[in-house]
Amino acid sequence: MGNYALQMKSITKEFPGVKALDHVNFSVKKGEIHALCGENGAGKSTLMKILSGVYPYGSYDGKIIVNGEEVQFNSIKESQDAGIAIIYQELALVAELTIAENIFLGSELMSETMINWNYLYAEAQKWLSEVGLDIDPQTKLSDLTVGKQQLIEIVKALTKNAQILILDEPTSALTESDTKILLGILKDLQAKGVTCIYISHKLDEIMEISDSVTVLRDGQTISTDPIQDLTEDMIIAKMVGRKLTELFPYEKRNIGDELLVVRNYSFVDDSTDKILVQDISFTLRKGEILGFSGLMGAGRTELFFSLFGGYTGRKTGEIIMEGEEIDIGDSADAIRHGIAYVSEDRKRYGLIPEMEIIKNTTLASLDKIKTNHILDSYLELKKVEEISKRVNLKAHSLEAKVTQLSGGNQQKVVLSKWLLTDPKVLILDEPTRGIDVGAKREIFKIIVELAKQGMGIIMISSELPEVLGMSDRIVVMSEGMITGELFREEATQEKILKLATIRG
Amino acid sequence: MRTETDAEKKLDSRLRFKFNFQSYALILALILIAILFGALTQGEFLSARNLSNLFTQMTVISVLSIGMTFVIVSAHIDLSVGSLAGLTGGIAAILHVWFDWNTGIVVLIAILVGALLGLWQGWWVAYRAVPAFIVTLGGMLIFRGILIGISKGQTISPLDDSFKMISNSYLPYYIGYSLAAIGIFLLFIFRWINRNKRKKMGLKLSPSVLDYGKLVAYAIGILVITYMLNRYYGIPVPLLIVIALAGIFIFISSKTSFGRNIYAIGGNEEAAALSGINIKRKTLSVFVIMGALAGIAGVILTSRLNSATTSAGEMYELDAIAACVIGGTSLSGGRGNIVGSIIGALIMASIDNGMSMMNIDTFWQHIVKGLILILAVWLDITSKKK
Repeated sequence: MGNYALQMKSITKEFPGVKALDHVNFSVKKGEIHALCGENGAGKSTLMKILSGVYPYGSYDGKIIVNGEEVQFNSIKESQDAGIAIIYQELALVAELTIAENIFLGSELMSETMINWNYLYAEAQKWLSEVGLDIDPQTKLSDLTVGKQQLIEIVKALTKNAQILILDEPTSALTESDTKILLGILKDLQAKGVTCIYISHKLDEIMEISDSVTVLRDGQTISTDPIQDLTEDMIIAKMVGRKLTELFPYEKRNIGDELLVVRNYSFVDDSTDKILVQDISFTLRKGEILGFSGLMGAGRTELFFSLFGGYTGRKTGEIIMEGEEIDIGDSADAIRHGIAYVSEDRKRYGLIPEMEIIKNTTLASLDKIKTNHILDSYLELKKVEEISKRVNLKAHSLEAKVTQLSGGNQQKVVLSKWLLTDPKVLILDEPTRGIDVGAKREIFKIIVELAKQGMGIIMISSELPEVLGMSDRIVVMSEGMITGELFREEATQEKILKLATIRG
Repeated sequence: MRTETDAEKKLDSRLRFKFNFQSYALILALILIAILFGALTQGEFLSARNLSNLFTQMTVISVLSIGMTFVIVSAHIDLSVGSLAGLTGGIAAILHVWFDWNTGIVVLIAILVGALLGLWQGWWVAYRAVPAFIVTLGGMLIFRGILIGISKGQTISPLDDSFKMISNSYLPYYIGYSLAAIGIFLLFIFRWINRNKRKKMGLKLSPSVLDYGKLVAYAIGILVITYMLNRYYGIPVPLLIVIALAGIFIFISSKTSFGRNIYAIGGNEEAAALSGINIKRKTLSVFVIMGALAGIAGVILTSRLNSATTSAGEMYELDAIAACVIGGTSLSGGRGNIVGSIIGALIMASIDNGMSMMNIDTFWQHIVKGLILILAVWLDITSKKK
C-alpha cells in the first residue's frame, strides 16, 4: 500500500438525475505520470473536482487516500495543504501582473504589509530555474506566450509544495515547442518525486510521457494499465467502448471543376501593421477536401479568417469563385458569395450562449426563414430540424440553450449554422478540437458526405493523422506562406513536418 | 430526435419551473407592492383616480425603457435619455409656445431631433468605438446644457390645448372597453394559433388548462384595469401610446432580423460579426431608435406637465435602466424583453407614486430606488451564475 500516492476508492457522485461517477476506482503510484483518459462527459473533471475539494467531503460516496491516510477535503484550500495542485485549461493568472507577483499571489510573501520586492524576485528566479525556465521574473505575464504562462502556473503550484500535480488538458492551447518544454518539465518533476495526473485528449502525448493510463467511460473505471501494454488504438477503443475500425471514413470521390482560386493573396493587419499571410496561391475544386497543415502560428487561421472578412486590414491578390473575381469586404460578403467558415474557437466566434439551439442555427441565414419579410418560426423550426437531423445533433429539445450541449454537439450546431447558408466552400478550422472521439468520427462522416455532394472543403488541422486521413490534397504553410503541396498518395507525416518547418 | 431519458425529462421540467418562476416573480412583486401601498394608504393607492395617475406617470419611463431594452440587450447603455427627453420636450415647447408652431409639426421635430442626437451618439459608439457609457454620459451633460441654453433657463408654458391633449386626455368608456375586448380576443387567438403550430411541429405543449388559464388571468387583469380606469376618466391616451409602441417593438424584437441581430450582438459580438451581421450599422440603429423614443417621451412629458422646464427628465435614465433590469434585461447583454421592462417601469412608478402618497420625503424615494437598482442587478448576476 505504501507505494501509492493516491487512491480513490469506489467514488460515486450523483447530480440531480445523473450519476456522474459510479464506483470509480483510481490509484496512482508515487512518482509516476498517470494519464486519465475518457471522452467528454466520461467523468474525468468530476473526479478531479472531488479530489481537489471543489465538491466537498460528504457530497460524494467513497474514500480518498493520500499517502496512505484517508483524507476528507472540504475546500480547495484543504486539498492544497495536502499537496494536491490542479491546473485547469483556463489559466488562473493575472495578465497585468509580473511573473513573480503571479507566482506568489496569495502566499505570505505577497500579503505582508511591506512587500520585500527584491526577495520576492529572487525567490521567483530560484523557482523558475528549478524548472529550467530562463525568464526575468519581472516580466509582465501578458508578454509571455500561452505556453509559458502555463509553465508559470505549474511553478506556482510547486511553490505551494505540490506533491500531486493534476494537469487538465494542459497542451490544448500550446504550440509544439511549448508542449515539448512542458513535457520535459514534467519528466524532470517526476525525477524529483512529484506525482502527476495528466488529463489529455492527445494520445501521442500520453504515449510519450505517461507510465500508466486509466480510462473512464460513462462514469465508470474501464481499466488501468501500464503504458507498455497499450497502443493508441487500444486506448481509443477503451474510451469509445467499441473497436474503432476506421476513424476516418475517407472515400474516393469525383473531384470536379475549379471552385475557389486564390492568387498571390497577401494580408496586412491594420491595427498591428503585421503581414499575416504573404503571396498565397491555391486552388480548391468541387468535391475536394483540401487539408491545410502547419505548425501553430503558421498563418493558416489568419489566412482564412482574413479571406472570410474577419479582420480589418489591407489585402492584395485575387480571389476567384467559379471563374469570377470576387471582393470580400466583410463576413456578410463572404457568406453571400457562398463561403462558410467554422472557427477553431467555438465559444468565441461560433456560438451565442444566451440563445437557443434554433436561434444559433439560423443566425447566419435569417433571410431564408422569412415569409413576407417577417421571421417565420414555423419555417425556422422546419429548417433547423432538417439540418439537425443531417448532422445527427443530439439534443433533448431544439429550444434548449446551446450551452447545455456537449462540445461535440455544440460543434454540430455551428456546422448546421453554416450549412444553412448553402455554402459552396466550407472552411473548417480545427473542426474536431475539444470534442470526443465518437463525435469526431461523426463530424468526419458529415465532411465526406458534403464533399460527395460537390461542396469544396478546406480543413485546417494541427493533428497530422487527421489531415492525412481526411484530405485529398494537403497544403502546408509556414510563417505565413505556403511551403508545399502534397497529394494524398504521397503525403506522410515526415514530409509534412519537413515542409512545415521551412523558415523564410 | 431520440427518446428522452428520465434524467432529461426531469431537467426539462426543472428548467421550465425556473423560467416560469422568474417571469411570475415580476408580476408577484408588482401585486405585493400594490397590496403593500394599498394597505399603507388605506386603499387610496388602489383608487380609480390614483391608478389613472399611476398609469399616466409610468408612460414616460415606459417609452424610455422600451428603447433602453434594445440598448442594453445589445450590451450598451444610454445615460443620456433623461436629458434627451428634457431637451426634445423643451425644443417642442419652445417652437410651440414662442414661435407658435403647429403641434403636429413640433412633435415630429422633437422625434427627429431625438433620432438625430441618437445618431450622433450611435456614431461615436459604433464607428469610433468610444464606450457607450462615456458617450452618453457626455450626452447627458451636453443635452442638458443645450436645453438650459436655448430655454435661457426659463420655464416654457402654457401649451395649447392640442399639445396638452397628448398626455391629458382619455379614451371614451366604450372605446376603452372595445379595445380591451379586442386585446383579449387577440391574446386568445394568437395563443390558439401558436398552440396549433407547436402541435403540428411536434413541439412540447404546456397543458391547455395552464396555458389558457394564464390567459384568463391576464384577461381578468386587463378588464379590471380597464374598469378601474373607466371609473375615473377612462384609459389615458399616453398609456395607449405606450401599448402601441410596445406592440411595435415587441414585433421588431421577435419577428425581424434586426431584432434577432441585436440579441446576437449583445450575446456574443464576435460570433455575430462572423455570422455576417453588420455590427456597426445595427448598433447605430439602436441608438437612433433610442433617440427617437426619447423624443416621444419628451413630448409626452412636456404635455403632461403643461410646460417645459430645464430640469425636466432629470434622473429618468436611471429609472429606465432600473425598469429594464428589474424586468429581466441582463446588463451583460443578449437577454431581455420589452414586456418585462414595462412591468419594471410600472414597479418603479408605483414606488414613486406610493411613497409620495404616504407623504414620505423625496430623499427616501431616491434611496429606495437606488437600493432597488442594486438589488435588481445583483439578482441578475446571481441568477446567471446558477
